[in-house]
Amino acid sequence: MSKRKYLITPYALWSIIFVIVPLFLLIIYSFTTTKDGKTVLSLESYMKFFDPLYVEVLLRSFRLAFITTIVCLVTAYPLAMILSSKEFSNKTIILILIILPMWMNSLMRTYAWMILLENKGIINNILSFFGLPTKQFLYDEGAIIFGMIYNFFPFMVLPIYNSISKIDISLIEASHDLGANKFTTFRKVIFPLSLPGVITGLIMVFMPSLTTFMITRLLGGGQVILIGNMIEEQFTRTNNWGFGSALSMILMAIILMSIIFFSKNESLDSGGLI
Amino acid sequence: MNKIKKIYLWIIMIILYSPILVLIVFSFNSSKSTSWQEFTFKWYIQLFENPSIQSAFSYTLIVGFVSAIISTIIGLMAALTIIKLRGIKRRLIMALTYIPLLSPDIVIGISLMMLYSTLNIPFGLITLILSHITFNTPYVILSIMPRLMQLNPNVYEAALDLGATPVYAFKKIILPDILPGVLTGAFIAFTLSIDDFVVSFFNTASGVNTLSIQIYSMARRGVSPEINAISTLIFLTIVTILTVTNIRASRKAKLEGYFY
Repeated sequence: MSKRKYLITPYALWSIIFVIVPLFLLIIYSFTTTKDGKTVLSLESYMKFFDPLYVEVLLRSFRLAFITTIVCLVTAYPLAMILSSKEFSNKTIILILIILPMWMNSLMRTYAWMILLENKGIINNILSFFGLPTKQFLYDEGAIIFGMIYNFFPFMVLPIYNSISKIDISLIEASHDLGANKFTTFRKVIFPLSLPGVITGLIMVFMPSLTTFMITRLLGGGQVILIGNMIEEQFTRTNNWGFGSALSMILMAIILMSIIFFSKNESLDSGGLI
Repeated sequence: MNKIKKIYLWIIMIILYSPILVLIVFSFNSSKSTSWQEFTFKWYIQLFENPSIQSAFSYTLIVGFVSAIISTIIGLMAALTIIKLRGIKRRLIMALTYIPLLSPDIVIGISLMMLYSTLNIPFGLITLILSHITFNTPYVILSIMPRLMQLNPNVYEAALDLGATPVYAFKKIILPDILPGVLTGAFIAFTLSIDDFVVSFFNTASGVNTLSIQIYSMARRGVSPEINAISTLIFLTIVTILTVTNIRASRKAKLEGYFY
């Protein structure tokens, strides 16, 4: 019994070295700047962020992530309701079909849209076949939003489906018996009880859409810059770790706040995250 | 009403699968552009002759297996202790477990990158494996914990009272009950590892590529039939694995008398 306590030592050490120390490095670096090849403490990285150019990038990232999240919610909720309605016999197959693309690499899912949306891609081929004018789909915000929705849609469906299918059917029957129509039952019974799943879904879609740099790079072709791309650039090209860390800190703060905001009264554990 | 539901399902399915279908079809197209010429296997042949794709494939598997095994061991050991902890200690260690889960990939990636450069660890296979273990272990712990919570602790104590050594009692009493959780954890760890792009992207050296990184660097140069071919192969592998495991699971469920 007492020996069992030591079993956690490897994990505790691992977490300290690979989770806590890197976070501290991030915090420390965010307060530094490089001057004449020397690293000195300063608030410059945070000040730099308030340049209208960077604020604009942050606002754009927010806007795209927000649109993605809302579209996912509005399209995934009806799907989750359909899937959890009992009249479906082959619902396991449909569930597997929805999860299946999730098992593909996210890069491939993004890349697949490149083939469709390319200038000489399938959609333009179809358009010109019917004599319609072709359009440049790639390399703008629309393409990126599309890619993000496609990538993260299952993350919205599954938690909502989980919480709807857990609702006790007798509650819904009781609501009908007491004279509520379908809409009232949805508003007063089903929706409130599905909230934990909705919240988990919101977080699981909003967070990756806000931070992605791969989807932006592939479908935006470097034309549209989001905060993820800016962070990536500081570490892979300009080597400005101070600014990159400060951007990451700001990003983390935003995400932490949105998680707290989304899950004010709900516990994350009940949302079917796992 | 039912018709609307069916149409809605169909629309979603078409949107989900049309890109994948197109990808598969065009992996057999002899032209490099997206107009159909004739059926060919040449991109698949090229794929098997491409040394950088071969090495990316092996690196992906090595990192996947090694990180899944190590994180399952570390995670299992940790979960066995966490279940016994109470109060502040438990909350602290669970908070620690949730940090990698709730941090964006890009932040995990860059902070680990800074750690390795600070410690002067050369980037490559080692840093890839270390990083993957770091983001895998929390998932392992979270998939083992529910199983452990369902265990009746008295049985383990009884085994000890009857003279079993702790190791023997663990093997005979605890492990058989939590094994499904352990295997799920290992499976999740492996899939997370082969799926990862962002963390690997920041923590590898040139020449040491995983499939994700390889595809990214190829896709940046535009659409290519070789990527179509490799994606098709990966997609078919996943479909096969999922079908086999599902047939097995449903057969087992039927045998045990559970019907959904």
